[in-house]
Amino acid sequence: MKLITAIIKPFKLEDVKEALTAFGITGMTVSEASGFGRQGGHTEVYRGAEYTVDLIPKIRLEVLVDGSEAEKVIDVIVKAASTGAIGDGKVWSSPVDNIVRVRTGERGTDAI
Amino acid sequence: MDVVLNSGDTAWMLASTALVLLMTPGLAFFYGGMVRSKSVLNMMMMSMVTIGIVSVLWVFYGYELAFGHTSDSPWYGGFSLSGLGSKVNDLTNNGGTYPIPLLVFAAFQLMFAIITPALISGAIADRAKFSAWAVFVAIWSTVVYFPVAHWVFAFGNKVGDTVTGVGYLAGKGLEDFAGGTAVHINAGAAGLALAILLGKRVGWRKEAMRPHSLPLVMLGSGLLWFGWFGFNAGSALAANGIAGLAFMNTQVATAGALVGWILVEKIRNGHPTSLGAASGAVAGLVAITPACAFVAPWAAVVIGFIAGILCSLAVGLKYKFGFDDSLDVVGVHLVGGIWGSLSIGIFGASVVNSVGINGLLYGGGLALLGKQALGVGLVAVYSFIATLIIGFAIEKTIGFRVKKDAEVEGIDLNEHAESAYEMYSSSRGGSSL
Repeated sequence: MKLITAIIKPFKLEDVKEALTAFGITGMTVSEASGFGRQGGHTEVYRGAEYTVDLIPKIRLEVLVDGSEAEKVIDVIVKAASTGAIGDGKVWSSPVDNIVRVRTGERGTDAI
Repeated sequence: MDVVLNSGDTAWMLASTALVLLMTPGLAFFYGGMVRSKSVLNMMMMSMVTIGIVSVLWVFYGYELAFGHTSDSPWYGGFSLSGLGSKVNDLTNNGGTYPIPLLVFAAFQLMFAIITPALISGAIADRAKFSAWAVFVAIWSTVVYFPVAHWVFAFGNKVGDTVTGVGYLAGKGLEDFAGGTAVHINAGAAGLALAILLGKRVGWRKEAMRPHSLPLVMLGSGLLWFGWFGFNAGSALAANGIAGLAFMNTQVATAGALVGWILVEKIRNGHPTSLGAASGAVAGLVAITPACAFVAPWAAVVIGFIAGILCSLAVGLKYKFGFDDSLDVVGVHLVGGIWGSLSIGIFGASVVNSVGINGLLYGGGLALLGKQALGVGLVAVYSFIATLIIGFAIEKTIGFRVKKDAEVEGIDLNEHAESAYEMYSSSRGGSSL
């Protein structure tokens, strides 16, 4: 089992969600995040005083999948989230020891 | 001939009084939007509590100290604790009898006494102990605003042809229609003194201290602009041509300043900003305040436009000199007030107002400019020094600043046990009832 984490541009969330649903993914967790990578920040000016805003808003999307599907899911996310411009984000996967569905107590891949 | 009450004038003054009151909640929005989300309530409360404190003082002795006739002094009006009880049937007498009830005049002037200390609060955003601020407002109003209002606005007790108890600057011929000196320079100089005395906010110039809600700032500037028609046109104390002149000049000077400020931004930074438009409007309102009944409308546009440029450049001075005048009380109110007060010495014209005298451009020479400079200098120096002394005394007794950890965590939570916004539903918590 794998946890796929994707950091994407906020306006790409709908595209990614649709693509994942079409692929057959039935659940995900989305949170608002901020950070920086190669894109860097931007500058804002208030009454002539310049502020460099380093941290830019991103969406952090997490999906639990069966290990055999992980590569395909990553491809789906990358394809849907890509604009080709700097700041498109990153996607990574990490191994997951166990998963429990709280309502039923199902464990492992059954709980995905 | 006895003056009898005029219902038209009285109606306009009642409306103007309510307009000027609205400026202080408007100021609370204007300032509140400019601070960080953790201190917006404290910022707004500094204005709101001023309404509470000054109104009470005004009834018991403030009005008498500013406009009373018992002392015959150029420096203060008089001492009386009558609570305005003996004035209920009087008409206004301020260098002549006006056909409006004294209580209406007293209520109108009260609104000026309220907003002046409220303006100062922007210089010490995010870091003043609320109790210390409340004490400061009471003492500052008593020692600084009430007397200075007498110097500038008290035209004396006129009985027959004799006038007594004229305020010092009014007697010297200072032209300040609605408070460029008594309100704006006064508040600006006091703001400078407190900003220096209290010191910088934790993290100043290191962390981004961005305005947390520019729509609140825009709302505030709109309310200020609207209320300012009462402030300036109401200062005619009548529904007449002078009120109309002041009204028009208020509008066009503000417009000129708005354009001037965002033009500077466009040229200097590349983007005209909403904060710049709101700030420019207020700078224009400040600058035209003393001049609004003494200059022609074309001159009001010029005064406003220059104010917009001047103030947009002046707000950068705090970084050069290293004092944290958080919301630019100095850059906008002191600088705008000085420019507006001096501008009458240039653009003043007796053809637009027979009470006024000619400035430089109308062949009046430097005489009027000299009187204006005296008013500017006297009020600025007195306010600055008196504020330093009051602030120092408060700092040494009850302390003026909140503790560092309270300031970092947020002054709203620590001084008021409230937070302005529910950021996360998980922070909703439970009731202890």
